[in-house]
Amino acid sequence: MKILVALKRVVDHNVRIRVKEDGSGVETENVRHSMNPFCKHAVEAAVQIKEQNKAKEIIAISIGPIEAKDVLLNALAMGCDRAILLKTEKEQKIEPLAVAKLLKIIVQQEKPDLVFLGKQAIDDDANQTGQMLAGLLDWPQGTFSSKIELEENRVNVTREVDFGRAKISMPIPAVITADLRLNVPRKTALPMIIKAKKKPINIMEAKDFNVDLQNRLIVERISEPPKREGGKILNNVQELANIINELEAEK
Amino acid sequence: MRILVLATHDQNRLLADNARIIGAAKKLGGEIDMLVVGHNVRDVAKNASKLEGVNKILLLDDKLFSRPFAQLITPLLVQLADNYSHIITSSNSVGRNIFPRLAAKLDLMPITDVIKIHSINCFDRPIYAGNAIETVKNEQAKTILTIRASEFEKVGQEKEGEGEGEGEGKIENIKIPKLAINTSFIEEYRTKSDSPDLTTASIVVAGGRAIGSKENFALVKKLAKKLNAAIGATRAAVDLGYAPNDWQIGQTGKVIAPKLYIAIGISGALQHIAGISGAKKIVAINDDIDAPMVKIADYSLIGDLNEILPDLISRLKQK
Ligand SMILES: Cc1cc2nc3c(=O)[nH]c(=O)nc-3n(C[C@H](O)[C@H](O)[C@H](O)COP(=O)(O)OP(=O)(O)OC[C@H]3O[C@@H](n4cnc5c(N)ncnc54)[C@H](O)[C@@H]3O)c2cc1C
Ligand SMILES: Nc1ncnc2c1ncn2[C@@H]1O[C@H](COP(=O)(O)O)[C@@H](O)[C@H]1O
Repeated sequence: MKILVALKRVVDHNVRIRVKEDGSGVETENVRHSMNPFCKHAVEAAVQIKEQNKAKEIIAISIGPIEAKDVLLNALAMGCDRAILLKTEKEQKIEPLAVAKLLKIIVQQEKPDLVFLGKQAIDDDANQTGQMLAGLLDWPQGTFSSKIELEENRVNVTREVDFGRAKISMPIPAVITADLRLNVPRKTALPMIIKAKKKPINIMEAKDFNVDLQNRLIVERISEPPKREGGKILNNVQELANIINELEAEK
Repeated sequence: MRILVLATHDQNRLLADNARIIGAAKKLGGEIDMLVVGHNVRDVAKNASKLEGVNKILLLDDKLFSRPFAQLITPLLVQLADNYSHIITSSNSVGRNIFPRLAAKLDLMPITDVIKIHSINCFDRPIYAGNAIETVKNEQAKTILTIRASEFEKVGQEKEGEGEGEGEGKIENIKIPKLAINTSFIEEYRTKSDSPDLTTASIVVAGGRAIGSKENFALVKKLAKKLNAAIGATRAAVDLGYAPNDWQIGQTGKVIAPKLYIAIGISGALQHIAGISGAKKIVAINDDIDAPMVKIADYSLIGDLNEILPDLISRLKQK
């Protein structure tokens, strides 16, 4: 069994982002970046499968600027065996469709049995890439997974859905996207990172892959959401009860 | 301009989202057809046909479709796509699973989680957990959208019994060449609850980590019951097992837009706020006056929820 895990480098989830005044985007210069949280769960799932001796090799892949090497290094420290970086220009935005097309090419070269992705990237909040890749490959998809169980030539995925959870069984190869309750990603200590520096990262240029990287959607502007003004501090429970009764009555 | 809306349902009932999705579709202008696909879903189709503004229902009733697998519904939509300029659905867990796959098959970038429609090809969607709004223009051959239902007004629906038969007339059975699927359904866990649907409720009461235990969450439920409110939770409360996963509100949970949101023992992390920006009024119960939730709430009571909640419940009028 071979597993490919796709990782995105994003603005760290603890950073409160700032919208640029001219509406051209979000300030990403000099802002802390890290591995997209959902991708961490995807890596952890793959590493756990390897630790159970059910997978031989885990390959981490990222499409992004040279700095994305850091998140790949992090994935190697967590237990991936080698990494691929499809390098883009600094500040170049690659849409999920183009990411999926690039990933498809790597899948065809590497022939993994499973591809793990995060359910969504916390910058674009698209929640698209895994489904798109599965479509382009004509593979089954198990999205928003909170549990993955391997069986002979099949994989069972428990999905987090609006009404609760649903468990499905898919033949391998398949695409799986990770939700946050899939596992608890391990922390990487410095010795693990130093060891990971010996593992190979193969860097290639994304533009050399004969995939149209031009964005399809035209971003007209990025704006701030309306601000909410904090309000009144109430003095006691009766005041709270009165307010709730009042608001409830408003139709 | 013709619009195809994929109806979302649970095989028995049309989900409440659909009336709002049609509301969004009407903003685009143009003729609206709806696709109902499932098994034994004639009644679902009938109800869909009663939504105001729907031209006709395309119905595919087949055992194969007893679950909404993306691998099955995608090829069906691809086949129908030629006739439509816009294909849209709810950005619920069914729509989000299917539509990106559909878009990729049509070599299109979809626009997911639309919160505002400026024109037939210009839309707003939230990014960075709602801390920024992206306005995008689409100049591709077709437009594939998933819509955040809570952001749109619902259209009317003819009452049961009214216009009897008329709904039927709008239903057109469609046929497709046999599709096969090698993915199978094993089991599901549905959260049993008699409280209103979270995403469309007019009052939501939610509890966070500070509730402290699954047992103590009964207080939140009791308050919800008294107000006939839906029940929500934070990721922390769900992860700790106090509440089921489908009660989670936020960036990775449900998005709500109630008249009144009551947040109990919830700090107000930005990923949680991502799900409540549509709330008209926010009330917070928290022991920390500096909590982000208190900063954005219209009204806050500062104190220990364990003392406040029972007292509050007894002081509220029974509905
Ligand atoms: C990628 C990502 C996605 C996420 N998605 C979501 C999501 O969709 N939804 C979500 O909710 N979270 C999400 N989170 C988690 C989020 O960041 C927070 O960790 C979470 O919302 C905190 O939950 P909480 O408010 O219940 O707990 P806490 O942050 O621990 O807050 C508890 C609050 O209760 C107060 N309190 C404590 N004791 C009492 C008492 N006795 N009486 C009254 N008040 C008390 C405290 O002062 C505090 O304000 C996500 C995180 C990440 C990284
Ligand atoms: N540039 C990228 N490089 C590698 N993986 C990506 C990239 N963009 C998206 N992904 C993967 O797709 C998932 C969903 O992203 P999105 O569809 O953008 O929300 C992420 O969690 C990653 O696993």
